[in-house]
Amino acid sequence: MAQAAHTLDHPKPLGHGVKRHTGLMDWITTVDHKKIAILYLWAGGFFFGIGGIEALLIRWQLIKPMNNFLDAQTFNELITMHGTTMIFLGVMPVIFALMNAVIPLQIGARDVAFPFLNALGFWTFLFGGVLLNLSWVMGGAPDAGWTSYTPLSTSAYSGTHGVDFYTIGLQIAGLGTLIGGINFLATVITMRAPGMSFMRMPMFAWTTFITSAIILFAFPAITVGLVLLTFDRILGANFFEPGAGGSPVLWQHIFWIFGHPEVYILILPAFGIISEVIPTFARKRLFGYSSMVFATILIAFLGFMVWAHHMFTTGLGPVANALFAVSTMLIAVPTGIKIFNWLFTMWGGSVRFTTPNLFASGFIPTFTMGGVTGVMLASAPADFQFHDTYFVVAHFHYVIVGGLVMGLFAGLHYWWPKMFGRMLSETLGKWTFWTFITGFHLTFFVQHFLGLMGMQRRVFTYLPNQHFDTLNLVSTIGAGLMGVGTLIFLANIVITSRKPMDAANDPWEDGRTLEWSIPSPPPEYNFKQTPLVRGLDALWKEKVAGNKGMTPAEPIGPIHMPSATPLPFIMSVGIFIAGLGFMFSRDDFGGGFVSFLFNNYIVTGLGLLITFGAMLMRSLYDDHGWHIEPEELEGR
Amino acid sequence: MTTTHAEPVHGGLPHEPEKATAEGRNKVLAFWLFLGGEAVLFGTLFATFLALRNQTNEGPTANELFHLPLVAAATFFLLVSSLTSVFAIQAMHRNRPALLRNWLLVTVVLGLCFLGLEIYEFSEYVRHEKFGMTTSAFSSAFYTLVGFHGAHVAFGILWISLLIGQLARKGLTVVTAPKIYVSAMYWHFIDVVWVFIFTIVYLLGKVG
Amino acid sequence: MMRTWHSARRLLPLIAVFGTVLAGCGREDLSVLRPQGPAAESSLGLMKLAISIMIVVLLIVFSIAAYVMIRFRRKPGQNEIPEQIEGSFKLEVLWTVIPLILVIVLAVPTVRTVFALGDNHSGDKNAIKVKVTGHQYWWEFEYPDYGIKTAQDLIIPAGKNIAFELATKDVLHSFWVPSLSGKIDTNPTGATNRFSFSAPKEGVYRGKCAELCGPSHGFMEFKVKAVSNDEFKQWIKAQKAPAVLPEDPALAQTFKEQCLKCHAVGDQGLSVGPNLTGIGSRESVAGILLNDDTRQDGAPVEENLKTWLHDTQGVKPGNLMPDPKQDMGLTDDEIDRIADYLAGYKLN
Repeated sequence: MAQAAHTLDHPKPLGHGVKRHTGLMDWITTVDHKKIAILYLWAGGFFFGIGGIEALLIRWQLIKPMNNFLDAQTFNELITMHGTTMIFLGVMPVIFALMNAVIPLQIGARDVAFPFLNALGFWTFLFGGVLLNLSWVMGGAPDAGWTSYTPLSTSAYSGTHGVDFYTIGLQIAGLGTLIGGINFLATVITMRAPGMSFMRMPMFAWTTFITSAIILFAFPAITVGLVLLTFDRILGANFFEPGAGGSPVLWQHIFWIFGHPEVYILILPAFGIISEVIPTFARKRLFGYSSMVFATILIAFLGFMVWAHHMFTTGLGPVANALFAVSTMLIAVPTGIKIFNWLFTMWGGSVRFTTPNLFASGFIPTFTMGGVTGVMLASAPADFQFHDTYFVVAHFHYVIVGGLVMGLFAGLHYWWPKMFGRMLSETLGKWTFWTFITGFHLTFFVQHFLGLMGMQRRVFTYLPNQHFDTLNLVSTIGAGLMGVGTLIFLANIVITSRKPMDAANDPWEDGRTLEWSIPSPPPEYNFKQTPLVRGLDALWKEKVAGNKGMTPAEPIGPIHMPSATPLPFIMSVGIFIAGLGFMFSRDDFGGGFVSFLFNNYIVTGLGLLITFGAMLMRSLYDDHGWHIEPEELEGR
Repeated sequence: MTTTHAEPVHGGLPHEPEKATAEGRNKVLAFWLFLGGEAVLFGTLFATFLALRNQTNEGPTANELFHLPLVAAATFFLLVSSLTSVFAIQAMHRNRPALLRNWLLVTVVLGLCFLGLEIYEFSEYVRHEKFGMTTSAFSSAFYTLVGFHGAHVAFGILWISLLIGQLARKGLTVVTAPKIYVSAMYWHFIDVVWVFIFTIVYLLGKVG
Repeated sequence: MMRTWHSARRLLPLIAVFGTVLAGCGREDLSVLRPQGPAAESSLGLMKLAISIMIVVLLIVFSIAAYVMIRFRRKPGQNEIPEQIEGSFKLEVLWTVIPLILVIVLAVPTVRTVFALGDNHSGDKNAIKVKVTGHQYWWEFEYPDYGIKTAQDLIIPAGKNIAFELATKDVLHSFWVPSLSGKIDTNPTGATNRFSFSAPKEGVYRGKCAELCGPSHGFMEFKVKAVSNDEFKQWIKAQKAPAVLPEDPALAQTFKEQCLKCHAVGDQGLSVGPNLTGIGSRESVAGILLNDDTRQDGAPVEENLKTWLHDTQGVKPGNLMPDPKQDMGLTDDEIDRIADYLAGYKLN
């Protein structure tokens, strides 16, 4: 009984007179989850491209020993921005893009629980990301690594504004993520269609749900960490200043209490995507659905108890090291359950190797390799050797690129027709897959050995005669190939966008879940009538029963829609201005008016005024939304 | 759901107006979730404070600094304000907007008293005890934890005042009721946080 | 199932090749895979156990994956609906229990080794005590029992346990000699770390900083030189001998006024920068310009010193030493002569 949001006190629907924005204004004011998904995808894709270029520059510098293509400082800025950009601004937004595009459809909802907050989450992420990347042209990017360990990241050792861009940019972007997390939790809890119990939810909805829960409990920790570092740098606080009693190790704890769950925030959605793609193309229901759900919850739970395995060499002592080693190894068990369940979903199935399924099939062995090196790293005494070497670099790229990015590629190819109404070219898709996965293994497989042979990570170059040269060359060639794969994907997008919008409701023909029961792309209200869910794989169940589509759970009636609004955008602009103002509040602009504005927090105040003003508007003027009338629905 | 139109309200408000609409129910649920996140936020701040509370860097220690009667008075104001906000919600459930408004006003006034005492306390520390943000790791952790809470109180005061205004203009409806309800949840939350601050920062500071 | 077995058998020689490659991987004085001391050996022992278990896991997963992807591929015209299997309790228990057993197999020796390596020999009277201090971007080694300090080359007696006490003067670093032991971070004092390793065989081992510490993080290298007990005592004595200054009094004066404001030789100077006593007989200049008269792996020491002193920022970007020419006002000639003097400052 809780699908479309609605209000009680509006006497008559407003459907006909509603103001419709077009062009840019449409995108800025939209609160439609499908459009926000596309915004997330473009913005995430853009930052992914920046992070990719940074990666290629890093690899080019490391192609041979004692290379001087980049200087040491630039290199450190590049590795910092590569990691930060890829994780917070590249893959997470693309994950949010898929969640936004798919989750309301999969659970049979007309939108997310909070369309306004959804837009706000996107715009704060975008402005946070833009702020972070402005550092390149405003005095230097952050240079202390994406982990930003203190004291290297304090103002004593990182004198530019780089790390301020990091702390404040991430703070703003992180706010967006947190909002998104709460929104999806509420959406999954309250907006499921009639009959869709929790144990009938598609796996991707489950992993979204659990991921959102991890976001909710992990992001506030980094929020605090970033606040403390900001206060140290801008207000002269002493949290991480050893001379005044502060503790640099404290930063590591706070960072990794957030940072390790973050890894599961990244990988669980990929697990969800794989769990959708494989059953579809194997024409077989997911093997061991309930154990998959259980494994997901267990991974999330254990994910909060293993953070100190990033700190085995910090000197926490044998007891802590032993405990965290064992707890980390335990995560292998639920992860193993997932791997075998996927394999046995294919077992006995009728497997079709479309591009999405190629990526999903490539995901399984590749991710397993990243998983097993993870268990190896968990063994603390072995980690004394692995830690901070290229072995670790190889490991987390196997998990994040071989796991998550492959999962995202699978998901993007899979749901592209649903998002855009056009099928991506299968030929180009397969080219993308083969170049990307070959390049990937070339790049990162050899890095395991580089680490074991004594090459530590984050070095801007290395001496010759250490047996590092050939493997680094191979790695760089592989990176180039991954770049080619990504370019083919981009070409595929461009070529596809010129084709007619002709994707069927169920373009892969074996769709099992609700999103494939409605047009591609779906109308703005998603479901003309809310569907009645009669089991797991709701659409498949109807197909097997010989029905043409879903059975509606309601007669056709007016549909309530939330109003478009520019307020989320304006609020984010305000936060952006406030952030910039705070960052430069201690700078000397040569006296004069500009100094006056910044040094007295006037710019900061102005930004906050804009944000709070917009919040006030939102609170004072009730948004009653508007209705689409049954007559209008009939015409479509 | 067969219709997206309002569930009919014949004249009066339903018993729990904050949960009468899907929007209202979503709002209350999301606010619970938000408070979960806030709990982690304060948890991290408490952990930081506990890790650094003895690092006084030759500045004042907690024992030298804190003046319990003042803090006890502040605690009293905040605890009572939590009680008055319960009364406000009870008035709302009995559909008595005037009484609701009065209790909200009392809550705001008590909150202001608390905030005034806190500002006075901070300014005493800075002016007379040479205890500022930059003095020591302890001072940074103290001001950040207690200041974060203070900022939450200030935001709560502004928020509830705004709602009193809305109540006057729009009356008690199924739109305003959830707002008032979640603001009360928020107020209780910062009250609970204060109980922890009082124990961990002040009492523990005096004892050990 | 025949096909699976065949593909697995085809992998066997691959594992053999893999094993040899692993053993021959990297330099003897640098590679984790060629351990030269008990600490590195116990780490590698765990790695080998872990790798073996993981290769078994990978083989199982890869074989099943290959099998299902080939066997259950949809053929053209094939259009039947496969049986929809909900799961299998037996199978699911199987692949929960087996990984759990594998984890326990790895966890038990892990925990045991964690505690074994936890012995830092700080109370061991026979151990040589060394205080390691990390600096941007060089290493200071202090021998508190002998009252001497040196930099970049850590001289230890072979076979003896070395009890380290590690801290940093500035940002975090991590002390790592891959062929002898795993790494440990240098935290600011207050979170001082202790650990221990030993080098049974005499020789020179390469060490690195493993924690990002600024632009020249990659160049923060050092050497561990394990020598016989007699040589070690000899070295201690020579290190404690009075300072040898440049013969030319004018140059000696310049050296004292400019260089010894931060550096020390023998009993003179300060320990802000690296101690220079006997720098002519060290393995490298600035940690990365390797001293090698045969020019295979570097250059003769005087050449390296000149390279360094004429362009410190070029050699080690971001290092904190003032430039001899621009900041200290030394002439090219003075720099060359100081380099010659330092190159000749050897300990026997």
